[in-house]
Amino acid sequence: MGRTLSEKVWDAHVVRHADGEPDLLYIDLHLVHEVTSPQAFDGLRLGGRQVRRPDLTIATEDHNVPTYDVDKPIADPVSRTQVDTLRKNAEEFGIRIHTLGDPDQGVVHVIGPQLGLTQPGMTVVCGDSHTSTHGAFGAIAFGIGTSEVEHVLATQTLMQARPKTMAVTVDGVLPDGVSAKDLVLALIAQVGTGGGQGYIVEYRGEAIRALSMEARMTICNMSIEWGAKAGMIAPDETTFSYLQDKPHAPQGVDWEAAVEYWKSLATDADATFDREVVLRAEDITPFVTWGTNPGQGIPLSESVPSPDAFANENDKRAAERALEYMGLTAGTPMREIHVDTVFLGSCTNGRIEDLRAAAGVLAGRKVAEGTRMLVVPGSGRVRLQAEAEGLDAIFKDAGAEWRGAGCSMCLGMNPDQLAPGERSASTSNRNFEGRQGKGGRTHLVSPLVAAATAVTGTLAAPADLPPVDVAVPENV
Amino acid sequence: MEAFTQHIGTAAPLRRSNVDTDQIIPAVYLKRVTRTGFEDGLFAAWRNDPEFVLNQPEYGGVSVLVAGPDFGTGSSREHAVWALLDYGFRVVVSSRFGDIFRGNSGKAGLLAALVEQDVVERLWTTIEADPGTKVTVDLEHKTISAGDVSAPFEIDDYTRYRLLNGLDDVGITLSHEADIAAYEATRPAFKPATLPAKA
Repeated sequence: MGRTLSEKVWDAHVVRHADGEPDLLYIDLHLVHEVTSPQAFDGLRLGGRQVRRPDLTIATEDHNVPTYDVDKPIADPVSRTQVDTLRKNAEEFGIRIHTLGDPDQGVVHVIGPQLGLTQPGMTVVCGDSHTSTHGAFGAIAFGIGTSEVEHVLATQTLMQARPKTMAVTVDGVLPDGVSAKDLVLALIAQVGTGGGQGYIVEYRGEAIRALSMEARMTICNMSIEWGAKAGMIAPDETTFSYLQDKPHAPQGVDWEAAVEYWKSLATDADATFDREVVLRAEDITPFVTWGTNPGQGIPLSESVPSPDAFANENDKRAAERALEYMGLTAGTPMREIHVDTVFLGSCTNGRIEDLRAAAGVLAGRKVAEGTRMLVVPGSGRVRLQAEAEGLDAIFKDAGAEWRGAGCSMCLGMNPDQLAPGERSASTSNRNFEGRQGKGGRTHLVSPLVAAATAVTGTLAAPADLPPVDVAVPENV
Repeated sequence: MEAFTQHIGTAAPLRRSNVDTDQIIPAVYLKRVTRTGFEDGLFAAWRNDPEFVLNQPEYGGVSVLVAGPDFGTGSSREHAVWALLDYGFRVVVSSRFGDIFRGNSGKAGLLAALVEQDVVERLWTTIEADPGTKVTVDLEHKTISAGDVSAPFEIDDYTRYRLLNGLDDVGITLSHEADIAAYEATRPAFKPATLPAKA
């Protein structure tokens, strides 16, 4: 019988298989950042162990770093200590590191792909749950805890039980103004935050094939938000042409051999999945969250739901709690919700295409009075590219803040945070209570919705905006 | 890691679903570079609320947490497990756990016991009727009992074996070093390396 994409990649990495034990899997790329690694390096020192493969390991600083004054010492001494600890560990163990100010510093899941280190058919891990992003290339990529970070540093392997397989097939064509983020938010609302648990998911179908690499990364990034072990998309010409000119892409005969192998990874026609979910792209519209988990979302055109609309008692209680935390009343149209802060960035939507999409909306327009907008490129290189294209000028002219690279307001552990009660429209991945700062209220949105919301000050899509007479740069 | 065979202690009912790891410990507590002392961040946003279950005197000294479904979803932070352990918990019971949280628990010595939601509801009722009820969690036999409630729980065999024996994963894997070296010899030449750096 045929095998699926994930089964082929899994099988190709089994170092050791024994009945009744998890497989020992080889790890091709280990991404390291400042927050989940210090205790792992301490563990190595305690055990008198080395990093087995520094040449398959790369580090950057992203989670707790500020996105302004990056040429100055980090003001918060606790954050500074953690960043300094990573720098010292990288030096001691011979690991490549990209520090603040370097073009390849940035959100760890943005720099792997931009360097061409993320490739099809690989296993990629990082002490961060959004490692699923790299699955867009047809890699098995997942987040791990600090004990596992230590395990990979010491052995370049991980013990993992083989997950089940699931196909999410998206047929048809996404309507204009509907993006990968809307698609994945709609999917999570349908399947629930636990719907993917125990599965490696393969996203497939016409609408997925039509997506750019960066849009595919947005989809795979959010796999963890519905509980999946990993999300993957089969490599194709879109993947190959994205990779071809990247610094660490294979060259010459290696490129030929690699592409031939990558093409063999697609799910066989006679392979079967343990579960299948089908969506129609035509049904999807701009989608936003109203609650405190990513499954609590609805189309922007609808109203805040009533807890009574949920049949399940747990869902009803969760909705009641969420509305109370979010300060929302059932029945309020989503478009009437006022937003204090718009955040454009993160490993979900901090790449150049996301910035172009938002700039296309903001060109010739202004951020509404009473609303602020932060634009945070995913990496130093994304920032430089945006500046070369003049996007920074569009953002600044609109009244948005143009920042340095990092995780920024996605997770509330660096200076970019919401104040208690402050409400955001955010292109990030989690609307958990307090995620963007204690007491902060988050609505997850796409870059297009984020930009339109910044203009109106209430949740909005670009189609809601009156036209402007302005020459928009060709690429936005 | 300390071996885990059986645990007896009192329990707290956490009547919430989707308790993600940002609720278990917010990111601001993750800046430390040490492995201990995370108890102050446990459920930080809720600990200010006098109504919160862990602020009730009858739930002082608990070591078993009985939580709603989808406990530990979200971020991969192992600090969530450390915070629970540092606070004094040895066992968390739920009808569904976030995958990474459950994996981290097994590594750090916290028992994540998976039961049917009906068992969670019955445990809640029993504990709330008498917060002094002793809960017995037997890893050898994979059972949990409290008052009139007695039920099996699920945990994967390998994690159970490691917990029962207090084994260190890195040590086990390094005993297979020859297998790792043999695998490395077969890796294709086109696989990327981070060193030397290219730009």
